[in-house]
Amino acid sequence: MTAHTGSVASTARGRGIGFRVGASFLHALGLPFLLLVIWGVATSTSTNRFFPGPLTIFEAFVDTWVGPAFVEDVLPSLYRLGFGILASIVVGVAVGTLIGLVRWLRELLEPLLEFFRAIPPPVLIPVVMLLLGITDTMKVVVIVSGAIWPILLNTIDGVRATDSVMTETADSFQVTWWERLRFLVLPAASPRIMAGVRQGLSVALILMVISEMFASSSGLGYRIAYFQRNYLIAEMWSGILLLGLVGVFLAVAFGVVERRVLRWYHGIREVSRA
Amino acid sequence: MPDRSTLLRVESLRKVYESTTGDVEAIGDVSFTMNAGELVCIVGPSGCGKTTLLKCLAGLLRPTGGLVEMDGSPVTGPSPAMAVVFQEYGRSLYPWLTVRGNVELPLRHKKLSRAEREKLVTDALEAVGLAHAMRSHPWQLSGGMQQRVAIARAIAYQPELMIMDEPFAAVDAQTRADLEDLVRELHATRGMSIVFVTHDIDESVYLGQRVLVLSKSPTWVQEDLAIDLPPERDQITTRALPRFTALRTHVYDQIQRAKRGQGVAPPLAR
Repeated sequence: MTAHTGSVASTARGRGIGFRVGASFLHALGLPFLLLVIWGVATSTSTNRFFPGPLTIFEAFVDTWVGPAFVEDVLPSLYRLGFGILASIVVGVAVGTLIGLVRWLRELLEPLLEFFRAIPPPVLIPVVMLLLGITDTMKVVVIVSGAIWPILLNTIDGVRATDSVMTETADSFQVTWWERLRFLVLPAASPRIMAGVRQGLSVALILMVISEMFASSSGLGYRIAYFQRNYLIAEMWSGILLLGLVGVFLAVAFGVVERRVLRWYHGIREVSRA
Repeated sequence: MPDRSTLLRVESLRKVYESTTGDVEAIGDVSFTMNAGELVCIVGPSGCGKTTLLKCLAGLLRPTGGLVEMDGSPVTGPSPAMAVVFQEYGRSLYPWLTVRGNVELPLRHKKLSRAEREKLVTDALEAVGLAHAMRSHPWQLSGGMQQRVAIARAIAYQPELMIMDEPFAAVDAQTRADLEDLVRELHATRGMSIVFVTHDIDESVYLGQRVLVLSKSPTWVQEDLAIDLPPERDQITTRALPRFTALRTHVYDQIQRAKRGQGVAPPLAR
């Protein structure tokens, strides 16, 4: 913003909004669009059938996913993913808070947690499959087994790092246990918790796909593997595209929530930077 | 013998920090009493255990020996009769709560109706001149204003005793003068009993009705000095009084002696 006074500002702003929205839109979508064009041009001269052109993929996208496949494959995937994420957050934050608050528990569990975290979650799929069969529960468990770690460990760190003066303040005013959790411990840990959730989301998406590729008769991962085995290349690419869109949607939704939850945190950083 | 108006009685308070490298005796033997409605300042050389003493008074630390008595009953933990204003306002206020939320937080567990609670919050914020900033967050305010919020939180809690730990050490000189006058005003208009811990000699003399000078660690009360300045004080005229200068010189001498460890031990019977 350059002008702040009088009519100059109002006309500038009047033209500015439309212009700015357009510019930011162009800024966000310009490069993807350019890549699409390059891809289109490249594939139009190529005969490689594993790289179909963008228009072919777009057609396959509409044919494949708009219709019954949405209910049969996309919704089950989203529902497993949603449950997995929700369970990871609830269990991760609850257990993490407990471990963070109780010192002996923390000392007891820390080496163990490091070990479990180091296990790549996909190797658990065969084990969980034996225990739970090829069920939705198995997929949710696999998602949780991977996505919970960043959330759990970040929550432990965040809770443990609660400021001593803030804690003393709560002590001196005899703030009750519940209020302390609600108004001190959880908000103080929330920046760390959110950082953990952000990592957990991408892990959850990966594990959703892998668990479905392994053992499933529905879902995005299953469908993509199926297309690949049957040489339905454009359809396969369209599934990958859809997965990417799910990832983008998750990131955007997380951004909206994070901005609300951590408004104070970003506010402080802005103030201290100014 | 403690008479009826005795609010706080400290007797032979002793605090030893135990550590693997050896015990550190922070407070040797501190005794004093304070009446309801008094404003007592505590000064001492740096590192003399002021904060330790204050935490023992507030029930945040368990003394190794001796007794802290509030209204005739021993203090064993944080008490609803006391409210503490900490030096680090930035770490004592919760940044995720608004000014209003911060002041309201300690009242949540008190059995008050919503209307009563709102009244206490509004009243306390008005008393510190921040009624307009209720919806702001602490970090949107200046340091002095943040400390006012912390003071409002203590007022709203309706304690019998307000304990302030070097509350103005981190604000600039002009803000500090305003805040000092605020404390004087709260004391005068609301009859609040205040223990004010500071390392600033001028501040202690300007604010206090009494100044307790502490020795260096292990601490004892080196002098209990009555400040016989007029109750109506003002930053310019009071500080220009010859009596003010005499008192501050006296306290200064005492602190210098305390630093050198030459303080005269208090008489056994007073």
